[in-house]
Parts: sequence; C-alpha cells; structure tokens
Amino acid sequence: MELSTFEIWTNIVLIGIGTFFIRFSFVGIIGDRDIPDWILRHLRYTPVAVLPGLVAPLILWPAATQGEPDPSRLLAALVAFAVGYFSKNVLASIASGIITLLVMIYFLA
Amino acid sequence: MASSTIKSAYLRGLRDGAPFLLVAIPFATLFGVVATEAGLSILETFSFSLLAVAGAAQFAAIQQMVDNAPTIIVLATALAVNLRMAMYSAALAPYLGPAPLWQRALASFFLFDQNYALAVSEFEKKPEMPTNQKVAYFLGAASLISPFWFGMTLVGALVGNAIPDAFALDFALPITFLSLIGPAIRTPAHMIAVIVSVSAALGFAFLPLNLGLLIAAVLAMMAGAQTELWLERRGKWN
Repeated sequence: MELSTFEIWTNIVLIGIGTFFIRFSFVGIIGDRDIPDWILRHLRYTPVAVLPGLVAPLILWPAATQGEPDPSRLLAALVAFAVGYFSKNVLASIASGIITLLVMIYFLA
Repeated sequence: MASSTIKSAYLRGLRDGAPFLLVAIPFATLFGVVATEAGLSILETFSFSLLAVAGAAQFAAIQQMVDNAPTIIVLATALAVNLRMAMYSAALAPYLGPAPLWQRALASFFLFDQNYALAVSEFEKKPEMPTNQKVAYFLGAASLISPFWFGMTLVGALVGNAIPDAFALDFALPITFLSLIGPAIRTPAHMIAVIVSVSAALGFAFLPLNLGLLIAAVLAMMAGAQTELWLERRGKWN
C-alpha cells in the first residue's frame, strides 16, 4: 500500500461518517416512510453485487504469485465457496478454505 | 417497575445476541490481521473497527487501499457494501421512530446485520412492547458483539504483526469474502447477481482506479432485481 497516513485516515473517517448516515437515514432522518419497491429490490442485492466482483480478480490473479493463477489458491477458493454455499456457515467456510490452502502449499512446496 | 422491564428487555437482547460472538470474534481478529498485513498501523486498524463497525465493508475498503485506489473509490466501494443498511434502517424506523433522537442515533451507530435480524423478528412478534423497551432490546443485542468486535480487532492487529509470511495470509482476505458470499446466495436472483458481478468485474478489470468493480456492482444489482421480477411474474418468487 502506498497511501499516505493522511489518505488512510481520510478513508477511515469518511467511511465511518458515511456508514453512520446510511444507518441513521430512516431511523433518524426520513422516518417511518415506505421505500419504493424498486429501490428495495436493488438494495437486497448489494452484498452479492459488490463482494464477488471484488474477490474474483484476487483469486484468479493473486498478488502473492505476481498475478499468475495458482492451483493452491484456486482450489482453496473453490472449497471455501462451496462449503459456505452448501452449509450457509461462515466459519466453516473460512476454516475449510484456509486448511485447503495450507495443505496444498505444504504438499506442492 | 418501568426500569425493571427495560432492564429485562436489555438482558433479553443481550442473551439473544450472544451466539453471534462465535462469528464476530474470529472475524474481528481476522480483520485486525488483514488490515495490518495490508499496511495499516495498529491504531488505524483499531480506529477503523471503532468508527465503521461494519465487517464486510471494512474488508472491502482494505482491498481497495491495497490497490492504492483514490479516496472516492475506496469510499464508494465500502458504502456500496453498506447500502443494505438503509434497508435495515427503514425496517426499524416504525419501531424506533418514537424514541428520543440521541437513542435513535446510538441505535443507528450500532446497527448491523445480526441485531437488525433479531430486533425485527422480536418486534414483529411483540408489537405492543413500549418504545423504550424496544430500544433496550436492540442495544442489548448489540452490546456483547460490539466490545468484542473492537477488542478482537486490536488482538488481531497485534498478532498480525507477528505472523510470518509463510502462512499465506495474503489469501485470508479473499477467503473471508468467499465465506460471506456462499451463505448470502439464498435465491436464484442472488446467484445471477453473483455471476454478473464476477463476469463484469473480470471483463472491466482493464479500467483504471478499480472502476470496473463499481460498474460490475451496479450491473449485478440490476441483474438481481430483474431476475426477481421475472421470477415473480412467473409465480416462482416466494
């Protein structure tokens, strides 16, 4: 990371303020009013719209291998995703992914 | 009498929120590790958890910062992840609306996925609960998780500095994201949103400033919403 200390603090403080106002929006400012259906319909998908796009390049082109696809990391990602999808359990997903990666690195290295 | 029922509502929230510690503790620790590995100081890492109190958005911001993205992009990404909380805020407004402003501000600061879900189901079951008890229940559900979120971030930050590179910590962040995505896919519409998000993010990866991600997010949200409408029209939604 090449950001200056000032830039890092700016990011942190603005995210804190912005997040507060998102949370405060209806409870504190707009009050008890219905959100139009079409907006709700889009908001429902915000986590699954942002996180997969963020993670995909990290898995395909990991920085640790200078952007070269790496079988250990691909397999670990696949296992973590599959376990999370089928078990709906966040911790099981993290644990299975990390264990897969460490086992693969141990055997391939 | 009144104060004892407020206290019991608070304690009920506290108890109902306790199981979430199982996820919050490792998750916060992981954030501390990932953020310090990325180059944040211990104080910056701790302050981030303290000010934002938002798991996934913090991880997303760290990734953008690792890519040296400008502030506007870091902010847009983190807030996009947190936009769902506007929906939570709207769902809670009818119940918490009558409370004094300072209580609503306090509740807003501590509004996250877990206590939102608990509170809405509790308030739907017991609409006759007085407002002050509702606030007490809500804050009760937040007050075990929050100190652990802050404290374990600090522990993670201290530990992260001591872990050698051989442990492939670079991959803790992607795995954390993946662990959040799998369980969030509850309907075919969510699955479509995931597929569009991944394809568009990879397809637009050539764009500068990680702008491709924001385009992908908008397209994926629209894809999810349209899939939902389509399923609804065919009578296959809910």
